[in-house]
Amino acid sequence: MRYLTDYKRAVGRGAGRTGTHHHWALTVSAVGLALLIPSFLWIVGSTLGKPQAEVMATFARPFPAIVTALTLAVGMHHFRLGAAVWIDDYLRGTARKAALIAAAVFSYGALATGLFALARIAL
Amino acid sequence: MVQFTLPKNSTIRTGKTWPRPEGAKNVRKFLIYRWNPDDGQNPRVDTYFVDLDDCGPMVLDALIWIKSKIDPTLTFRRSCREGICGSCAMNIDGGNTLACLKGMDEIRGDVKIYPLPHMAVIKDLIPDLTHFYAQHASIMPWLETRTNRPAKEWRQSIEDRAKLDGLYECVMCASCSTACPSYWWNGDKYLGPAALLHAYRWIIDSRDEATGERLDQLEDPFKLYRCHTIMNCAKTCPKGLNPAKAIAEIKKMMVERAV
Repeated sequence: MRYLTDYKRAVGRGAGRTGTHHHWALTVSAVGLALLIPSFLWIVGSTLGKPQAEVMATFARPFPAIVTALTLAVGMHHFRLGAAVWIDDYLRGTARKAALIAAAVFSYGALATGLFALARIAL
Repeated sequence: MVQFTLPKNSTIRTGKTWPRPEGAKNVRKFLIYRWNPDDGQNPRVDTYFVDLDDCGPMVLDALIWIKSKIDPTLTFRRSCREGICGSCAMNIDGGNTLACLKGMDEIRGDVKIYPLPHMAVIKDLIPDLTHFYAQHASIMPWLETRTNRPAKEWRQSIEDRAKLDGLYECVMCASCSTACPSYWWNGDKYLGPAALLHAYRWIIDSRDEATGERLDQLEDPFKLYRCHTIMNCAKTCPKGLNPAKAIAEIKKMMVERAV
């Protein structure tokens, strides 16, 4: 039982002076993905049913490789930001912090793995 | 924090069915949430029958009729009975609204009435709005100025005054905030649509000189950015206001001053 006034409960520790950057980054990455995803799907679609050597050759060309790398980078960044939103919605305390770290590890891990695979194909 | 199940002592049970009014021909069935903190019992839903030939057309009229003619222990807030005081906000027919503005003819079948969702209940249809009001107080709902007070009045152009339309009409009934899932999960920190609509009302006021401070106080992942534009607030507002748009305008101002 803590004898806090209603006003003190409402104000808490005040504003964190953060959030706008996250909101803006999520918006910008969403716009980026809206441009990148159709191009990426078009590249992947054009390789469907083709022999492995032809697929490798496609992703070794500059434009498909750059689009794929950008889709991976922007997509995983957007995923991390979006995951943070629902983690903040539903989790509290240590579980929240652990989930935020796990989301960052997963997204950057997936990004690094994807870029490594792409580099091996393209270079 | 999110909870998917009710505590055992909050599970709603079937309550008492009160007798039909004698001789009444035009009767409507009401199912109303009841809970008394003093009897130690779980909440229940009581059934009442209202004689529509002896009652006004609004849901609040029926509640007052029930309290006067059948069950004087039925507890609810009401005052102006014309949508100005915001007292009689409750969940009617699955949506949050003011009982005085909700016509019985707008509802099909039985009339189901519950208190505003996701708030602690004080008794029957009365939610505890203490934290809601404290959050409203925290956004400084008054004109903040630094310049010396003018001899007559703070002047405002007709255009700037028009910007307050759709904002100042809010009666703080809490229908919007208690319809918002983000407010359900994080109502302790998220200010909710009502408080944010009022915050925007003062941010956009051309006479107010604390715009930057007001934005600073909202710059927070929880106070402002828990709004995910779900739009339940705009859908449910009994005054036809759009708190989601006000929140979007605040976010826009935040981005414009930072980027």
